[in-house]
Amino acid sequence: MEQKNYAGIAIEINEEGYMVNMDQWNKDVAVELAKEEDIELTDKHYDILEYIRNKVKSGDTLTIRAIGKSGIVDIKGFYTLFPGGPLKKATKIAGVSKPSSCV
Amino acid sequence: MAKKEEHPLKKVCIICAKGSIEDVYATLVMANGAVMEGIETNLFFTFFGLDAITKKQMKKLHTATVGNPAMRMPGGLPFPTVLGLIPGVEAGVSAMMKSQMDKLDIPPVDEFLEMITAGGGEIYACKLAMDMFKLKKEDLSEHVKDVLTVGQFYELSGGENTQIIFT
Repeated sequence: MEQKNYAGIAIEINEEGYMVNMDQWNKDVAVELAKEEDIELTDKHYDILEYIRNKVKSGDTLTIRAIGKSGIVDIKGFYTLFPGGPLKKATKIAGVSKPSSCV
Repeated sequence: MAKKEEHPLKKVCIICAKGSIEDVYATLVMANGAVMEGIETNLFFTFFGLDAITKKQMKKLHTATVGNPAMRMPGGLPFPTVLGLIPGVEAGVSAMMKSQMDKLDIPPVDEFLEMITAGGGEIYACKLAMDMFKLKKEDLSEHVKDVLTVGQFYELSGGENTQIIFT
């Protein structure tokens, strides 16, 4: 297991760069994770990250469709906020594991 | 699956020529999956595949209960072909497939097309098949970008690290 320093915390990440322990996450960590994806976080981004973290905590499967129906953002908006692979990038920045969903 | 591909896929062009639930969904799932990965995606519907993007037909797709050797009863027993001949059986089986997919958050066809285009995927119809089935652009879903000839489809399929997939 690799460790990388984000916002002054030594964070455990897997070989794809996803955080292993979602409890190590905070907003400053998110900012630095987002920087690696060339994304500058806005309030809207944080709302989505919170939504994703809550879903993962309650053990739900994450899908783009569900995020589109969350009331936070529509699917087009989600693609705009996290360009080029929104679910992969958003989960990475949210400090949760990579989703195994196909939809 | 952490391996970084040396030449990651940049574009996929997916052709759907059949109109049964499983053929159409194989196409849509692969297309949406590509869009989700940030891969440029073009979808081309031809022949009976046009049902998937025709407003009148897209909500009525069926799966074949006759001549489908992989068909099973809910318990796993073989599905006798004669059963599939009874009126209503094919509709029932198709409804069951759709409800199973809905549980996995797989959307109905029109919503799936919307998801794909929202992510930047593009949907096209085949001109020759449209002429054959006497369809007009107005008969198609609003998510269809254009009606193309084969030549135009190949033009869209150019470029490095592009794959054409025929489902």
